[in-house]
Amino acid sequence: MKSRVIVITSGKGGVGKTTTTANLGTSLAMMDKRVVLVDTDIGLRNLDVVMGLENRIVFDIVDVVNGKCKLKQGLIKDKRFEGLHLLPAAQTKDKTAITPHQMKNLTNELRQDFDFILVDCPAGIEQGFRNAIAGADDAIVVAMPEVSSVRDADRIIGLLEAAGLRNSQLVVNRLRSKMVRRGDMMDIKDILDILSIDLLGVVPEDECIVVSTNRGEPAVMESASRAGAAYRRIARRMMGEEIPVISFDEPENLFYRFKKILKMAR
Amino acid sequence: MDIINRLLGRENAGSRDIARERLRLVLIHDRASVSPNFLNALKEELIRVIREYMEIDEESIIVDLENEDNSVALVANIPIRGFKRAANE
Repeated sequence: MKSRVIVITSGKGGVGKTTTTANLGTSLAMMDKRVVLVDTDIGLRNLDVVMGLENRIVFDIVDVVNGKCKLKQGLIKDKRFEGLHLLPAAQTKDKTAITPHQMKNLTNELRQDFDFILVDCPAGIEQGFRNAIAGADDAIVVAMPEVSSVRDADRIIGLLEAAGLRNSQLVVNRLRSKMVRRGDMMDIKDILDILSIDLLGVVPEDECIVVSTNRGEPAVMESASRAGAAYRRIARRMMGEEIPVISFDEPENLFYRFKKILKMAR
Repeated sequence: MDIINRLLGRENAGSRDIARERLRLVLIHDRASVSPNFLNALKEELIRVIREYMEIDEESIIVDLENEDNSVALVANIPIRGFKRAANE
């Protein structure tokens, strides 16, 4: 299998880049892929805590690119899943501690040992963004169904295209089906019409994400989590499986169906 | 009004449509202004075409996007110095 470097980006902060990176990476590793998660948010690292690996950090990405340690020493092996690794960001430096050129060399070196190199991009469009996309083959753009997030996603898609990444795919995160049904949230079609890029998947709003982040266990490990299930489906799509995207516009649990039937009877 | 709508069983006009419309307008501005050459290139092209028909004050031309009520308009202010006789034919 040819290795792929995929940057997960969004422009706006807080829309779920890190959560998406952690869950897709874990999910791919659960399917026996060799995966490395690269946190490029230097100064504001978080992928380590979302993954529950914060206590095992010795070296970081800046140490690796500056030759303070070997690449192998910088990688943290996730003991829960064979083949899953994390390269953490540095916490005490800033985004200029790495150059796009160094980042490209780093991802190329990682290609030797991994099937998927998932790069968690910082918010913003400055050097951190330019570093994160430098070595990428493809991009996943994460957006929430709200005006500010979609606007920033549009800007990011433009910047990705200008950098030669023309096949960005969209993950719509934190969709609230109830709000869509009552006409208070843009639906998937609205967002796709505006951004005109391919849809990779839709992740519903899910309290499980907070719980799993509290615990440091990605939601894909939790079989009851709706968001976790959505991320597992996205990972399968990344592997080339053709499975339909669930839009979450229609109620799909028993309670909602029951309510719907009651409404119709009235 | 809200209450009347609800009593009649009408759906509330949701904020989704407002969001979609505002995004559409803001992205026209964003996309045009993100590439700094866009408006300049358009201006050059306009000058080239209009010059065929009339004498214009090329220095004072203003080409910009402006917000109307529910749309964005491309507004060009092009001072004319004079008409070429041939164009009147």
